[in-house]
Amino acid sequence: MTFIINGEEQQVAAATLADLLSTLDYEGEWLATAVNGELVHREDRAGFTLGDRDRIEILSPMQGG
Amino acid sequence: MLKLYDIAVQSRLLLGTARFPSPAILAEAVRRSKTEIVTVSLRRETSGGKASGAFFDLIRELGVRVLPNTAGCHSVQEAVLTAKMAREVFRTDWIKLEVIGHHDTLQPDVFGLVEAARILTAEGFQVFPYTTDDLVVAEKLLEAGCRVLMPWCAPIGSAMGPVNPMALRTFRAHFPDLPLIVDAGIGRPSHAAQVMELGYDAVLLNTAVAGAGDPASMAEAFALAIEAGRLAHSAVPLEPRDMAVPSTPVIGKAVFS
Repeated sequence: MTFIINGEEQQVAAATLADLLSTLDYEGEWLATAVNGELVHREDRAGFTLGDRDRIEILSPMQGG
Repeated sequence: MLKLYDIAVQSRLLLGTARFPSPAILAEAVRRSKTEIVTVSLRRETSGGKASGAFFDLIRELGVRVLPNTAGCHSVQEAVLTAKMAREVFRTDWIKLEVIGHHDTLQPDVFGLVEAARILTAEGFQVFPYTTDDLVVAEKLLEAGCRVLMPWCAPIGSAMGPVNPMALRTFRAHFPDLPLIVDAGIGRPSHAAQVMELGYDAVLLNTAVAGAGDPASMAEAFALAIEAGRLAHSAVPLEPRDMAVPSTPVIGKAVFS
């Protein structure tokens, strides 16, 4: 399927959000995810089914003022 | 002691974590500032998460409370989603709410700020809004549920210090019992002392420390200035006068002619 991941179009074979993170080698308890503008909690990723052209945001901590 | 929502803190300095020359210097600055609260942010992760994991671990090792921000958000929707994602990562209801309205001045979009504050408060967040010194906006933020306000004293990163001390004085007088933190625009410890003398409860800094030649020493200098300003405020400073007043008593003065 085609997804828009952090603003960039990518083709990834993944049925759920957890699959997608694993396939793209994202790991860490400090990651936050949203799909189509809605937060998806860590514990809900495995049961969250993705659709074609879903917009996925993967954020992580960084320095800030 | 200062209480921010239900949390009591000793230090009246909140420190940003951006723009430091290295993680080690950031850590040293945090230690020497004696701050108990640091601000952090969220950004798109592109490398799988390992670099951001190192920063996450550093912050945890510092043993300070985290105040995540919504820096860079230009809409209510962006700010609200970023706040929710920050809560997921940092496991805190605190959020430094920024809704930026202007690219050049980084002035807050106060209309969006009030709307986002209302939404987030309803979702259980404890909102620290980065706002202007406008009293009407401040009232709206309180109506939206904010229990701390953070007016700017000059544009973010400008290092100008208080450009409108009268507005800051009025703001303080209008909200005598509310925790007020000056956020943005401070450049030097003397600026921080000045706003503390006006009766502000705390100061939030980043660039003034991180951009100094010796950030860790500057962090300590700010801590001392903030403490001095606070003590001066509690000691009730003199008000300026137009005419001279002799400090040496004139009674009993010798007359030679």
